Amino acid sequence: MSTEGQYREEAVKGEPVIKVKDLKKSFGEQHVLKGLTFDLIKGENLIVLGKSGSGKSVLIKCIVQLMTADEGTINVLGNEVGNLRAKELAELRKKIGFLFQSGALYDSMTVKENLEFPLRRIKKGISEKDIKDKTMEALEAVGLASALNKMPSQLSGGMRKRIALARTIILDPSIILYDEPTTGLDPITSQEISALINEIRNKYHTSSLIITHDMPCARAVADRALLLKEGEIYAQGTMQSIQQIEDPWVQLFFKD
Amino acid sequence: MKNFTPISKVKNIATEGSVLLSERTIARAEDAKTFFTRAGNMTLFILQTLRQFFSFPFEFKEFLKQCYEIGNRSLPLVAITGAIMGLVLTIQSRPILNDFGAESMLPQMVAVSLIREIGPVITALICAGKIGSGIGAELGSMKVTEQIEAMEVSAVNPMKYLVVTRVLAATLMIPVLVLFADALGMVGSWIGVNIKTELNIALFFSRAFSSVDFIDFIPAFIKSFFFGLVIGLVGCYKGYNAGKGTESVGIAANSAVVLSSLLIIIVDLIVVQITDLMI
Ligand SMILES: Nc1ncnc2c1ncn2[C@@H]1O[C@H](COP(=O)(O)OP(=O)(O)OP(=O)(O)O)[C@@H](O)[C@H]1O
Ligand SMILES: [Mg+2]
Repeated sequence: MSTEGQYREEAVKGEPVIKVKDLKKSFGEQHVLKGLTFDLIKGENLIVLGKSGSGKSVLIKCIVQLMTADEGTINVLGNEVGNLRAKELAELRKKIGFLFQSGALYDSMTVKENLEFPLRRIKKGISEKDIKDKTMEALEAVGLASALNKMPSQLSGGMRKRIALARTIILDPSIILYDEPTTGLDPITSQEISALINEIRNKYHTSSLIITHDMPCARAVADRALLLKEGEIYAQGTMQSIQQIEDPWVQLFFKD
Repeated sequence: MKNFTPISKVKNIATEGSVLLSERTIARAEDAKTFFTRAGNMTLFILQTLRQFFSFPFEFKEFLKQCYEIGNRSLPLVAITGAIMGLVLTIQSRPILNDFGAESMLPQMVAVSLIREIGPVITALICAGKIGSGIGAELGSMKVTEQIEAMEVSAVNPMKYLVVTRVLAATLMIPVLVLFADALGMVGSWIGVNIKTELNIALFFSRAFSSVDFIDFIPAFIKSFFFGLVIGLVGCYKGYNAGKGTESVGIAANSAVVLSSLLIIIVDLIVVQITDLMI
C-alpha cells in the first residue's frame, strides 16, 4: 500500500504549506507512524481522523519538531524542519500556532500573562496598548473576556481549552495545528469554536491541520480529511468523498 | 548411599549459576552505562545552560521573581535554623572548653566553626530541601503537563526563561542566605553564652571576631556560591528531564534533593581541600 492511502482522491489543488513525505516514527518496538505522505494546502482546513492512540498528536509534534521523525521528510513553508538550526527553527515556529491537546497553560501565570507571554517575546517592540487590545480580542473570540485575571487552576477544563486556543491564535500564525480543539466542550461552545476556526481561516487565509473526534466540528470546518489507521493513511480526500467510501471501518467514523 | 545428587542436577545448578553470574555482569555493565549516559546528559545540560547565560536578551523580570521566591521564601527557615545552630553549638562546646579552662574562647570557637563550615553547609542542605525540591517539582510538573513544550513551540527558549533564571537566582541568593544564617547563628550563640555567664553583645562580637579574619570568610563565601549553583542546576536538571505522568513530578523533586545534598557535601570537601592547600 502506498503511504498516501488506499482511498485517495487525486488532484489536490493549490500551493502546499506543509509537505509530509513518508514520515515514520517509533517508540522502541512500538511503530506509531509507519509512513505518511500528505500535503497541507494554503488556506485549507485539513481534518485528521483516527482512533485514540493512532499517532495523531505524535504527527503534529513531529511537524513542529517537538519530536523528531525517524524517517521521512517534513517541509514547512519551504524549510526541511529536520535540517533547521535552532535559530531558524525558532523563526519558523513563530509562524505556526500549536494548540496542545492538554491546553498546556502556564499555571504560574494568570490568563492575561499566559496570552501576553508569547506576544511580548515574538512581536518585539509591540506597544502596551496593542498588547491589551490583542489580548482582549483573542479572549472575546473564545468568549472568555471575563477570565482575564484568573489563574488557570480557577478555570474549568473547557475554559482552559478555550484560553489555550486564544493563546494559539493571538499571534496570527499562518499555519495552525489544532489538537482536538472542541474535545470536552458542550455542543454550543463547540459550535462556536468551529465557527471561530472557519472565521480565522477566512480572515487571515490561515492553513490549519485539525485533529478532532467531534464529527459536527469536522463537518463544519473540513475542506479535506485524512483518516489514519494503524500508523498509515487509510483514506484522504474531501469530507464528502470520504463519507461515501463503502468501507465498514470508515463508515464507523461517520455513524452518529 | 542415600540422597546422592545426580550429576545432571549439579550441572543444572552450575549452568544456572553461571547464567545468573553473567546476567549480573550484564546488569552491572548496564548500570555503568546508564551512569555514564546520565553524567553525559547532565554535562550537556550544564553546557546548554552556560550557553544560554550569554545569549541576549536576559529574562530579567523572571530572574527577579526567582530571587524573591528563593531568597525571601527561605528566609524564616534559614533564620530559625541559623539561630538554633549557634545556640546549640555554644551549649555543646562549653563543657569541653571548660575542661581546658578556656571558656572565654567560646565566642571565637563558635564563630570559626559557624562561619567556616556549619553556616554554609547547613544552610545549603536546608535550601537543597526547600529550593531544590521546589524547582524540581515546578519544572517537573511543567514538563509533564507540556508547558515546557508549549514554550518551545512559541519560540521561547525554556532553557533561558526557566533554567538560566533559576540557576542564577539560586547561585546569588544562597550566599546571601548563608550570611543571614551566620549572623543569626552568632546571635543564637550570644544567647547561649548568656545562659550561664553574663557577656554583653558588643564584647561578645569583638571576642568572636578577634579570631575570625577576612580570609576565613572568603572560602566560605565562595563555597556558598557553588552550593547555590549546585542546588539550581540539579533542581532544574531533574525537573527538566522528568518523565511522563504525575508520579515523575514527585520523583524529580525527590531526586533533586538527594543529588544536590550529596553534591553539596562533595563540593564542600573539594573546596576545603583546595583552600587548605592555598592558605
Ligand atoms: N513520548 C512518548 N514516548 C513513548 N510513547 C509515546 C510517546 N508519545 C506518544 N507515544 C505513543 O504513541 C502512540 C500515539 O500517541 P498519540 O498521543 O499520538 O495518540 P493520539 O492519536 O493523539 O490519541 P488521542 O486521540 O487519544 O489523543 C500512543 O500509543 C502512545 O503510547
Ligand atoms: Mg492526541
